[in-house]
Amino acid sequence: MTTSYELDVNGVTYPVTADQGKNLLSVIRENVGLTGTKEGCDDCECGACMVLLDGQPLNSCSYLAVQAQGRQVTTIEGVMDGPEMHALQRNLLEAGGVQCGFCTPGMIMSAKALLERDARPELDAARIGLSGNLCRCTGYAKILSAVEATAVELNT
Amino acid sequence: MSFTIATTVDEALVALDAGARPIAGGTDLVVGARHGKAALPADLVAIDRIDELGGVELDSAGVRVGALMSHAELMTDPVIVGSYTAIADASALVGSPSTRHVGTLGGNVMNGSPAMDTGAPLTVLRAAAELRSVTGSRTVSLDELWAGPGRTTANPGELLVALHLPPAWDRCGSAYVRLEYRRAMEIAVVGAAAAVTLAADGTVASVAVALAAVAPTILSVDGVNEALVGRTAAAAGPVAAALASEQAAPISDLRASDRYRRHCIGVMAKRAVDAAARRADGESIAVPVNRSLGIGAA
Ligand SMILES: Cc1cc2nc3c(=O)[nH]c(=O)nc-3n(C[C@H](O)[C@H](O)[C@H](O)COP(=O)(O)OP(=O)(O)OC[C@H]3O[C@@H](n4cnc5c(N)ncnc54)[C@H](O)[C@@H]3O)c2cc1C
Repeated sequence: MTTSYELDVNGVTYPVTADQGKNLLSVIRENVGLTGTKEGCDDCECGACMVLLDGQPLNSCSYLAVQAQGRQVTTIEGVMDGPEMHALQRNLLEAGGVQCGFCTPGMIMSAKALLERDARPELDAARIGLSGNLCRCTGYAKILSAVEATAVELNT
Repeated sequence: MSFTIATTVDEALVALDAGARPIAGGTDLVVGARHGKAALPADLVAIDRIDELGGVELDSAGVRVGALMSHAELMTDPVIVGSYTAIADASALVGSPSTRHVGTLGGNVMNGSPAMDTGAPLTVLRAAAELRSVTGSRTVSLDELWAGPGRTTANPGELLVALHLPPAWDRCGSAYVRLEYRRAMEIAVVGAAAAVTLAADGTVASVAVALAAVAPTILSVDGVNEALVGRTAAAAGPVAAALASEQAAPISDLRASDRYRRHCIGVMAKRAVDAAARRADGESIAVPVNRSLGIGAA
C-alpha cells in the first residue's frame, strides 16, 4: 500500500509517497534523489548502504523508510562541510583509501559515527567501528590509516 | 495495510489487539522479510519511540531491563556490565555497530532464534519476561516463553515490556562465550553462558549454565548445580563441559556438523564457567569476554 510521509534527510524535509514496505535506501535513492548511498548486497551484510539515523550508523537497505519519519537521516551528501570536503573524505583520498569507491560512502558514514563516539579510537576500536563495512578492492589498511589521520587532525 | 508509530505502551497494545505486529529495530523482521523467510506483516506498529520501554531500573525485586534497550546500550550500561555481565558480553558480539544500535533486547528475545546471543545469559541470570496486553499483564519464565525455533508462547496481542532480573548478590559473576568464525557480522556456531557464585573458601556455592545454538531453544544444563557445588572453580569447568556436551542436541548445517557442535559446546561451557568464576572472584575481565580473553575464535 502506498503511503505519504515526510523524511528529514541532511536537514531538508522531503515529502515521500511510497509503498509502506519500501526500504530507506530505495527511498533515499529514488524518491529523494540522492544516489551517493550505494546498494551492495541489499542484505544487511556489506555496509555500502550505511547512513546515519539520529547520528548512529544504520544499514538503510534493511530499514523501513516509514520508520525513519521524525528522525534525522544523514547520507554521504550531508557530510561535506559547505564546499569543503570532510576531513575523512580528504584523508581517504590522501591515504589512497579509495580504489573503486563503491564502499566509500558507507565507510565514511561508519567512520564518522565512530569518531563521534570515540574521538581517538585505538586501532582495534577503529576495526570494530568499521566491522559492518566490507571493502573488496582497496583493503582495509589504508582506510584505517585515513581514519587515524582524521582522528589526529580533528583533535589537535 | 497500516503502519503506525506508537509513543505509549497503551497505544501499542491497542494496535496489537487490532492485529498489528510490533517492530522495534526491524533487524530480524525486515531482514527476514527481505530474505523471503516470512512476508512483512501487513499491519505494523513501531514501538521504538516508547520511552516506557527503555532503561534499566533497580526496583525492590531486582532490576527491570526495558525491552527496548539496544545492544549498544546494554554493552555499556553500568548495572548490566557491573552485575549482569554475561548480557553485556552477548550484546557486544551482536552484528556490527549498526546492528547493535538499532537491534533491541526485546526483539532478540521475541524473535526466538535458538542462536540468539542474549538468551543463554538471560537464562543463567534467571530473567523473567513481563508481557502486557490490553487485558492485563503476566510474567513468565524464559523457559515457558520460548516454544521452538522462531516461536514463543506469547499471544499476538502481547507486548514484551521488560525483562526482570533478580538482585545481584555478593561474589557472583557471569560470562557468555560464543564460538565464531569471524569477529563481526556473525551468528553463534554455539554459545554458552555461566553464572557462578563463590563461597568464602573459594569453592562453588551455586552455578547455572545455559547453551545457545545446540537445541530448538536455549538449553539450560540440568544437574550442573548439584554436580559443581563445593568444587573448586578449576575443577568445575571440565564437569560443566561434560554435562553440556552430553545434553546438547545440535543439528548439522552449513555452519557446523552436529559432532563438531557437540564437542565445541563443552569447550565453550568450560570457558564460560572459568570466566564467570574469575569475575565472581573479583577479577575485572572486560566485555566482551570473547575478545578480552581471545576465547571464542575457532
Ligand atoms: C547483520 C545482522 C547481524 C546480526 N547479528 C546477530 C548476532 O550476532 N546475535 C544475535 O543474537 N542476533 C543477531 N542478529 C539478529 C537481530 O539483530 C537481533 O535479534 C536483534 O536483537 C533483534 O532486535 P530488533 O529490535 O531489531 O527486532 P525486530 O526485528 O524489530 O523484531 C524481531 C521480532 O520480535 C518481535 N518483537 C520485537 N520487539 C517486541 C516486543 N517488545 N514485544 C513483542 N514482540 C516484539 C517482532 O514482532 C519480530 O517478530 C543480527 C541481525 C542482522 C541483520
